[in-house]
Amino acid sequence: MSTKHLVILDTAYRANLEEQDDPVLWLTHSLRRAGADLDLLLRGNAVNYGVKTQDASGLVFGDCPQSQPPRIARDVRALADEGVRVFYVDEDARERGIARDELIDEVEPVSNRAVSRLFESYTGIWQW
Amino acid sequence: MPDTRSTTLTFVLNDPPFESARSTTALRLIDAAVKQGFHVNVFAYEGAVALPFAKQAAHANAIHGHDVAEEHHPLPKDWIAAILDEAERRGLRVDWVNCGLCVDERGVGESIPRTRRGSPADLWKFVQASVNTLIIPTR
Repeated sequence: MSTKHLVILDTAYRANLEEQDDPVLWLTHSLRRAGADLDLLLRGNAVNYGVKTQDASGLVFGDCPQSQPPRIARDVRALADEGVRVFYVDEDARERGIARDELIDEVEPVSNRAVSRLFESYTGIWQW
Repeated sequence: MPDTRSTTLTFVLNDPPFESARSTTALRLIDAAVKQGFHVNVFAYEGAVALPFAKQAAHANAIHGHDVAEEHHPLPKDWIAAILDEAERRGLRVDWVNCGLCVDERGVGESIPRTRRGSPADLWKFVQASVNTLIIPTR
């Protein structure tokens, strides 16, 4: 039996500097490469993960700069390139003042009202 | 011995490495305090005692397409060492104390040089010898 899961991510920017990515995005990407059939829904603060102009560079301790910052929008785009559909809750973006043209092309808006219908397309929902 | 109370800050850290940005923010504040000329005391409690754990190791990242060198994975023990180096260059003191019981229960006794094992009694001494104390608790 084939299974398809929807990964819901709304706890954004947790340990990103420390891990150079979002651990849930990383795990989703890794599972996808292992053959998992997954899509991703960004909601809450995680809608910001689609913003093109994020820049987390510049971390320095003493005289030691951190050379590889997280590049979250790149990672979201890479997931889409691997065949993962990436949705975001349109209202969550709007209430944060994030316009569609500020987001990468690969993310698809879905309204709050349509989220429950979206769930029906999946055999499992993973809420992070 | 000169009284350095007015130029000493104490930080209490609670969160483990690689789990939240609070520890990174705390280290950024400590770095900034040193660069502003403050001596710093740190009392690492609970999961924070793993921040200077000497066996932390960088890794490659296949998802990023990076080998170990390219990935330059952040290691809090190296960040702490960089802060300690910065303090030494400036003639300042960073006294990092790990709660001993917290260390033992986690098995992270191998801490980087220039950090030490202690107890809540050290925290109380820190507080009394500092102009202010900032607690960054876990959530």
